[in-house]
Amino acid sequence: MTTPERFPRRRLLVRLGLLFNSFLALLLAIPFVRYLSSPALRARKDTGWVSLGSLERFPTGQTRLATFRNPVVGPSDGPTARLACWVRHIEADRFQVFAINCMHLGCPVRWFPQSSLFLCPCHGGAYYADGSRASGPPERGLFEYRYRITGAELEIEVGALPTPGLASARRGASSCA
Amino acid sequence: MRLSGRIGRWLEARLGLAAAVRESLEHPVPRSSASWAYVLGSGALTIFAFQLVTGVLLALLYVPSAAEAWNGLQEMNRQIAAGWYIRALHGWGSNFMVAVVLLHMVQVFLFGAYKFPRELTWILGVLLLLLTLGMAFTGQVLRFDQDAYWGIGIGASITSRVPVLGSTLLQLLLGGPIIGGATLSRFFALHVFVVPGILIGCVTLHVLLVLKLGVNEWPMPGRIVRRSTYLQDYHRLTETDGVPFAPYAIWKDIAFSGVMVLAIIVCAAVFGPFGPTGPPDPTIIQTTPHPDFFFLWIYALLSYLPPAAETPVLLVAPVVVLAVLLLLPFIAGEGEKSWRRRPVAVLSVVLVAVTLGALTHLGLHTPWSPEMDAWSSEPIPDSALAGRTALQRWGAVVFQAKQCRNCHALGGRGGHRGPALDDVAVTLTYDQLVRQVIQGGGNMPAYGKNLSPAETTALVAFLETLHPPGQARARDLSLPAVAGSER
Repeated sequence: MTTPERFPRRRLLVRLGLLFNSFLALLLAIPFVRYLSSPALRARKDTGWVSLGSLERFPTGQTRLATFRNPVVGPSDGPTARLACWVRHIEADRFQVFAINCMHLGCPVRWFPQSSLFLCPCHGGAYYADGSRASGPPERGLFEYRYRITGAELEIEVGALPTPGLASARRGASSCA
Repeated sequence: MRLSGRIGRWLEARLGLAAAVRESLEHPVPRSSASWAYVLGSGALTIFAFQLVTGVLLALLYVPSAAEAWNGLQEMNRQIAAGWYIRALHGWGSNFMVAVVLLHMVQVFLFGAYKFPRELTWILGVLLLLLTLGMAFTGQVLRFDQDAYWGIGIGASITSRVPVLGSTLLQLLLGGPIIGGATLSRFFALHVFVVPGILIGCVTLHVLLVLKLGVNEWPMPGRIVRRSTYLQDYHRLTETDGVPFAPYAIWKDIAFSGVMVLAIIVCAAVFGPFGPTGPPDPTIIQTTPHPDFFFLWIYALLSYLPPAAETPVLLVAPVVVLAVLLLLPFIAGEGEKSWRRRPVAVLSVVLVAVTLGALTHLGLHTPWSPEMDAWSSEPIPDSALAGRTALQRWGAVVFQAKQCRNCHALGGRGGHRGPALDDVAVTLTYDQLVRQVIQGGGNMPAYGKNLSPAETTALVAFLETLHPPGQARARDLSLPAVAGSER
């Protein structure tokens, strides 16, 4: 049985070999990390304007459900690319377009015209007709999409999933501006 | 010599494993440990192997695509021979695995088995519990139905609340800006490759440690664990009063494993597979998302936390709980093992069990959610209408039409979000009722904008009739003195 100390050259070769493999591992880490973080980097650009259809579909004074397809659709998205929002036509050119996601934990809120409330089935969050928080666990009102009217169509700007984090980030950004 | 014997001998000449296996099987365990209380760990191991087999069977047909997964599961339930049953076995296996792992942890805790020198075994066990829960959650997502979709949405909402890194973490979790195809692929990779891979590694180490350090002896009150003497004491115990693990203890493990597998087989056959519920189409909003059984307590907890406390609790509490579990063997690594001398340990287990049980019970009944259709489906009790004036009856119509019933029960029917109103007139005066309706408060929305003055008057006139016979209405006694009116 020989001890490594008796072979300093072999020991050096082992170390060189390990060093070489570590270098390769570092080199490979670049594409690995880029690959893993690609969705996060790409998503920043993933906003776009989509049409909710003709203005006539949204009578004045009413709140209606509208559906649209996510502008950035992958081949395997299937039904998840279909999204929905609540459109409140206040008067003439004034609208409010709310995300259906409750600002508590993202469950889909339902509009009840009889009591003029949005109610969440998960934990009972409630919002007034203008999207502001009425009661329950949500900390803030419903997320509002930016909208514009192009010709006779209502368009909204959609991007990331409307979450409480996104809502507070946007509020922070607009208060800075 | 028979052929099987010859093949065995041929293999052994090359592998040389027989001695090691025999040594493991016959390693001495304290006689007191060959007990029915010690079968939970091997039970969990058996169910894990069961899950691997049924999981591979499911993976043969599962399509990890958001466009196809739901249809694929429907086909598996209906078209593939025994497809529904394999799904049921895997689903029920998952429930049994979580349950047995939890019970195993409680038993280890109460028997003081986490103390010196088995700290690392406990830490690996804590990781195994987390990994098991991770498998349960990712598996629920692979069902890719409405519950799965909104379940990811809940995870996304929580993730987005992480300060600074929230949006980046969210994108990494979802694999894109919204829940979609990439999200399902991610959860598929986690459920099928990443988590099981780590699980197999941790289980192997966990079992190796059990073999190396020996099975925990039955805790006796007064037999104190000391780092300086424990190893000699344990060695002496196994020498003087030890029995070989096989067959003295192992037959009980085998029997319990059989009972677990039988229970899964029977549950799967009787109750069938879990879901899938409706398709994962977020434009279908007529849905009430629910997590699986073992996550119901979190669902209930999220309803009862005050809004301002929610984000800190969601982000800090898991870290604290994990730290306590991981540090436990270092904080209490010596001392009494017997639960008879560890009242704090016993009370902790009882407290946690009662808390989780109560929250799970609430999660099953969701008293905090409005009954979305109570206003149109529940009749007003006759007793609340008989002998009432036209104004009061109009108030009853307003009560139904404005959906007060969705949150407030009458005659035991309706929502439980707000208090039942059968005797509301006993506790609130006319002025207080008007104020509550118009301004809301105490977790009730304000209805001022949504009710005409006439509707409010009628509604409150109706509410004022709601008091048990023989019990007077609440009155503001200062009013006659101040205004001279009799209201």
